[in-house]
Amino acid sequence: MYLPDFEYHMPASIQEACALLAKSGPAAQVLAGGTDLLNKMKHGLVAPQILISLKQLEQLSGIEYVAGKGVVIGARVTHNAICNAKLLQDKYLSVCEAAHHMANNQIRNVGTIGGNIANAVPSADLPPILIALGASITLAGANGEREMALEDFFTGPGKTKIAPDEIITQIIIPDGSFTGSTYIKFGLRRSGALAVVGVAVAVEMDGNVCKKARIALGAVAPVPMRATQAEAAITGQTVSDDLLEAVGVCAAKECKPISDMRGSAEYRRDMVRVFTKRALRKAIDEGHV
Amino acid sequence: MQALVDNNGITRYLVTIKINGDEYTRVVKANTLMVNFIRDELDLTGTKKGCELGDCGSCTVLMDGKPVNSCVVLAVEADGHEITTIEGLATNENLDKLQESFVDHAAVQCGYCTPGMIMSAKALLTKNPHPTEPEVREAIAGNLCRCTGYVNIVKAILAAANE
Repeated sequence: MYLPDFEYHMPASIQEACALLAKSGPAAQVLAGGTDLLNKMKHGLVAPQILISLKQLEQLSGIEYVAGKGVVIGARVTHNAICNAKLLQDKYLSVCEAAHHMANNQIRNVGTIGGNIANAVPSADLPPILIALGASITLAGANGEREMALEDFFTGPGKTKIAPDEIITQIIIPDGSFTGSTYIKFGLRRSGALAVVGVAVAVEMDGNVCKKARIALGAVAPVPMRATQAEAAITGQTVSDDLLEAVGVCAAKECKPISDMRGSAEYRRDMVRVFTKRALRKAIDEGHV
Repeated sequence: MQALVDNNGITRYLVTIKINGDEYTRVVKANTLMVNFIRDELDLTGTKKGCELGDCGSCTVLMDGKPVNSCVVLAVEADGHEITTIEGLATNENLDKLQESFVDHAAVQCGYCTPGMIMSAKALLTKNPHPTEPEVREAIAGNLCRCTGYVNIVKAILAAANE
């Protein structure tokens, strides 16, 4: 399979990249890892005339802790770099685990967190856990930067609020009071499969009482979604198996799955019940964020 | 990276990529995929093309020591990087111990997945010289063998590690 012709640019700064995007309009696409974009181009699903590579923007490939802000992950950080980052393993192991269960080793060495978010695939693995942890993203445009909660970023399959002149530059996981979090991906194979259902939870426990919970679901709605009714059902409650079952039922009721080749809507809905329950149990028992 | 425009207005780029220890400077178009650069430009046809979508792992090469699917990497993006292909493993007349082990354990059936399998295994053993069987299986999870000869492949990798 071959790629159609395109113009290739390798801007040396974020400003230059945004200016190029502003000038080129919809004819241009941003190239990060390329694991998704290049395949879509091979199939003729998209045909950008201009590719703007982030290759030279080294400032987008770091992971660091910024006091007062939280853990800041550059948009060009690869999935394997997330898995192997000591800082994330110590502070947000659940994010490393989510990255580790994506695609396969070769793809994880190339694909990036920014690309995973920008593509806005409903079954993407990183958005649910990042949303559960309250992450936000920084968008840089020709006229400056703005920050946005990740859960507000998606508008539909493949659609986001990104402006034509903007690129995602960083993902910020703020300091939080969570005592446990996890992401459970339910795919049909252990490797190289998209999620049939993905459930991410973050909880703040005080003894056996759940003071706060955030539950984010992947692959069961047009966008990664918060299960706010399920969150309300567990907040302030003493945790028991019966409660977790009831919370699972809540999440199953509020999700909006479709039927496709990976599973029917009914099946997905019931799996949301099961995996919400399991994810909460895991986050509560393992006690690491 | 220098851009060159020909008389027809087509832009090409001067890339320098170190492959198997040798630096190659070539003129490529922006849409040249790494796998085609390796196979067509350098005639290193050990790297195979399977799905060409990053799913099957036949085209696995090491880029700066890490296994990647060369069918989803542009040659221009690899400018300045270091690539190892299956041809780069043997030294002089001696096969790499992984290659020897694949032969010894009959881990090669039709052979099409073998170069990619070995490159994934090579990256694993470099990082983790004594992997467990689950670690081996996970390392080659992105390499499909349609002869389904996984048992002997795993045996060969484990044996090479324990040599």
